Amino acid sequence: MESRRNPRAVVDPKVRQVGFFTSSQPDSSSTQQQQQQTDPIPASASSPPVSTISPSGNSLSPVMIPPPRLNSSDTFPLRGAAAGASSAVSPSSFSYSNRRDFPDGSTTASPGRHSRGSFVKSSTPVASSLPGIGMDSMAAAKSSSVPASGLTTVSVVTMPPGLAEKASGMEVQSDQKKNPKSLKEKTTKAERRAIQEAQRAAKAAAKADGGKVPPGTSASVASTSVKVAKPAKPSTQKNEVSVAAGVTEKKGGPSEKDRKKDAPHPRMQYDDESRVVKAKRRAVVKQTEAKNRVELFRHLPQYEHGTQLPDLETKFFQLDPMHPAVYKVGLQYLSGDISGGNARCIAMLQAFQEVVKDYSTPPEKNLNRDMTAKISSYVSFLIECRPLSISMGNAIRFVKNRIAKLPITLSESEAKAALQSDIERFINDKIIGADMVIVKHAVTKIRDGDVLLTYGSPTAVEMILLHAHELKKKFRVLVVDSRPKLEGQLLLRRLIKRGISCTYTHINAISYIMHEVTKVFLGASSVLSNGTVYSRVGTACVAMVASAFRVPVLVCCEAYKFHERVQLDSICSNELGDPNAISKVHGREDINYLDGLTNNANLQFLNLMYDATPSDYISMIITDYGMVPPTSVPVIVREYQKEHLLV
Amino acid sequence: MDFQVVILAGGFSSNLVPLVSKEVPKALLPVANRPVLSYVLDLLESNNLKDLIVVVEGEDAALKVGGWISAACVDRLHVEVAAVAENVGTAGALRAIAHHLTAKDILIVSGDIVSDIPPGAVAATHRRHDAAVTVMLCAQPVSGPSESGGSSGKDKTKKPACEDIVGLDSWKQFLLYIAKGTEIKKDTRVKKSILCAAGKMELRSDLMDSHIYAFKRSVLQEVLDQKPAFRSLKQDVLPYLVRTQLRSDVSSDQNNVEEIGNGKDNMQNNEVVLSQILSNASLPSFHQVYESGLDSRKTHKCCVYIADESKFFVRLNSIQAFMDVNRDVIGDANHLSGYSFSAHHNIVHPSAELGSKTTVGPHCMLGEGSQVGDKCSVKRSVIGRHCRIGSNVKIVNSVVMDHATIGDGCSIQGSVICSNAQLQERVTLRDCQVEAGYIVCAGGEHKGETFARK
Repeated sequence: MESRRNPRAVVDPKVRQVGFFTSSQPDSSSTQQQQQQTDPIPASASSPPVSTISPSGNSLSPVMIPPPRLNSSDTFPLRGAAAGASSAVSPSSFSYSNRRDFPDGSTTASPGRHSRGSFVKSSTPVASSLPGIGMDSMAAAKSSSVPASGLTTVSVVTMPPGLAEKASGMEVQSDQKKNPKSLKEKTTKAERRAIQEAQRAAKAAAKADGGKVPPGTSASVASTSVKVAKPAKPSTQKNEVSVAAGVTEKKGGPSEKDRKKDAPHPRMQYDDESRVVKAKRRAVVKQTEAKNRVELFRHLPQYEHGTQLPDLETKFFQLDPMHPAVYKVGLQYLSGDISGGNARCIAMLQAFQEVVKDYSTPPEKNLNRDMTAKISSYVSFLIECRPLSISMGNAIRFVKNRIAKLPITLSESEAKAALQSDIERFINDKIIGADMVIVKHAVTKIRDGDVLLTYGSPTAVEMILLHAHELKKKFRVLVVDSRPKLEGQLLLRRLIKRGISCTYTHINAISYIMHEVTKVFLGASSVLSNGTVYSRVGTACVAMVASAFRVPVLVCCEAYKFHERVQLDSICSNELGDPNAISKVHGREDINYLDGLTNNANLQFLNLMYDATPSDYISMIITDYGMVPPTSVPVIVREYQKEHLLV
Repeated sequence: MDFQVVILAGGFSSNLVPLVSKEVPKALLPVANRPVLSYVLDLLESNNLKDLIVVVEGEDAALKVGGWISAACVDRLHVEVAAVAENVGTAGALRAIAHHLTAKDILIVSGDIVSDIPPGAVAATHRRHDAAVTVMLCAQPVSGPSESGGSSGKDKTKKPACEDIVGLDSWKQFLLYIAKGTEIKKDTRVKKSILCAAGKMELRSDLMDSHIYAFKRSVLQEVLDQKPAFRSLKQDVLPYLVRTQLRSDVSSDQNNVEEIGNGKDNMQNNEVVLSQILSNASLPSFHQVYESGLDSRKTHKCCVYIADESKFFVRLNSIQAFMDVNRDVIGDANHLSGYSFSAHHNIVHPSAELGSKTTVGPHCMLGEGSQVGDKCSVKRSVIGRHCRIGSNVKIVNSVVMDHATIGDGCSIQGSVICSNAQLQERVTLRDCQVEAGYIVCAGGEHKGETFARK
């Protein structure tokens, strides 16, 4: 054992460099200046041991803010430096607003109730030309041996002129909306809430008093300003729904309704029965709740896997309002064909690009509002397929922001072009461009003779390794993997193809293998503002072991995945995967010992997808804004959010 | 959803002689007194597919089918009928209408299907995998008279004829091999490269090709153009695509990267990275693994959708199948018929007249305006409109089409009497088919015969 530990003495100096080096190329004069101010320690000098890199230590913040944003945040570098010097960089010292993380909420438009039977029967006679008229088009023979045959329309569905457009469903829906709602539209939301509260009070009073007090009187007492004379029964139902929606979404306007309202909130508590029922009512994807769930994770959605996909597939042609591109992405999420934060986000954005391309504003509608509503309904469909990742939430927020900010003066085609290029730019700058920058930064940390450990199959880390290999650096890679996804094998295959020397092991062996590792590169699903890294389950374990062995842990994460939320554990927000994935081995019936136990009441499967790594275990986060200690995440979040709105 | 639907309704199928005739093409054969084509149209309509192209072999047949559709589907569906020459095969039929196909994917449905499997499932699977072709497979139907009818019918339940042999990968997603069971004698050839790439192949004979396909249009048209000798979709095109899935000659239109990346180096680079991220994110199918091993090869995917066993599916392609379908649609699968059944599980049209002491058992259907004389017994049979049936007639497990006349004292078992046919007194038929308009002389006793004018 002793001999094994020897190399670590050699390793330690490198660790210091990891902690305190910033990228050598300066982005601008101002950042350089700032670095000179804040980076007085020469790299070769004896620097503090690794443990001080942890956020509690007085580490410096080598935050590199790119120049264009400096105008808007002139004071920032100074403040960051000051904070770094006084070691006061803690999340609490920043006043970030605890905004809601869900991309809706800013919209008041009403996504239409997408009625299926959109074809209205008309009394116009149908042009049913008998065959024989078109039969003589045989002359249009193609090069093939078979003569081409003409088509004869024998049956036609005629539509009223108003419905001739693409958005035939919308027209019907708007008519529907007017009739039943005309009564209720008169009451504002506040009034309706008051009515409801009055009724609730009345009910409670009636119960408490055993029916002594007639409910009418108590209601009128409770609500003085509200007309109780309104038809009570329908409005109660409506109110209940709207209030429930108002809880999940703060800006529920009176005209707002249907899908969007009942869409599950990303952080909906799934142990709240009434809300689950409500969400289920309009769900496109059939969601059968799994029976045996682990008590601690009751609040997370867990559905019977295997029933959703076939059911959704059968509805392929029936989901009229769903755009095919979105539908395809949803199917791929559901079947697991696409996974990984970046890939899911890109796939979704590309689907949205298609949506924008095929979009045409229905008559008498506003493009901004209608498109936002459309996107919202698509998003809720995607949530049903699989809960959103935080990166996707940010991307959706971006898209909605862009739509909302479109000037009204733009023509439809201009607006669409602008949106498409915006989305394109988001993909190119925030995801791919960011990865390039991360690679550039991270490669400086790889030296000859390094043994790098990675876990799972993070895209950014893979790019780093490949790039370092192209630069002819001599290093070895340890790919750590875990059941059931075994994503590491895919990474392994690609690395070996490029000629990188690799070692493959499972996470069980992590403590053994960590002796020889010099640096750990990890990916992340999201980085939260207290420095917590939210990532593939198992990451926390790897990071903890690494920090116990004093191996620096570098997390590579694009800045668009940062989020201002604070999370202390991986329980309150997580995702549950398919329980069968851990109980069965595909293709190996001989070792599926748990067969037949899946529905046993005494057995609960837990297949967690994510975990939260505390910032203590992380030496450095590499983002497209440079390398920052986890304590500086709030800075990025704040700056980035500002930029978000300005882009 | 960018799908075009083509219904191959066929013409005068030789398998179904004497049921089909110049007047009644295959698509209009009555199943529970509705043309079989209407079941397909209903299925598609319930899945919100309202733009259909119906391809019929032969112009006379096309006129008949077109006439029926224009009367039946007015204002519900947008149907176009194309007539193609007879005996060009399914591939030839598609070749003939190829210039009308514009959508990204084509859904091809056989016109003789009675089923409740939603075609959307095939389409969704097709889209999800971005496949060149997706085939719907379903469990083999049990043919022969049902168990319940065993009392008088022949009791031996036939072992289902092994119709297709399909090879699937271990996830049951991809089609590795397909052949008709009748074609395979002793041994068969399986592509070694496919077997190597997939690692494992599951050969199954309990599944049947349901003749519902989703094709990528570009692939389909290219194959049809390149191989003028191909006549049948199932026997030529599909096996060809399956065989060549690892060395694809068809250019699938996935490589639109060049179009988007407009020369700019940075842009193109981004596109490459983008596609890499997307492809790395997913579990690679064996196609991708194979592709990455050999750089120059192109592949395409052949997928399958395996329908749930609880779903009903029958193809009307033989006389036996015709009997089965008629039995099932008013029996086990009566949700397909669209009729509401009485308390006795039968349908007797109000205008039908029944003589005294006549019984109509469960799973029977009596069409509009039909007259049945005294002391008759009808069991598990379909009787069409305006039939005249004398007294003391026994009809079991049979189909009697419209305007047929059956004399007194006849006994009919397991037979089909086509429209306008006439049975004189005391004829006994068992497992016979009587052509339309044929007159069977009085007093004969026949078994397993076909009555047709030469």
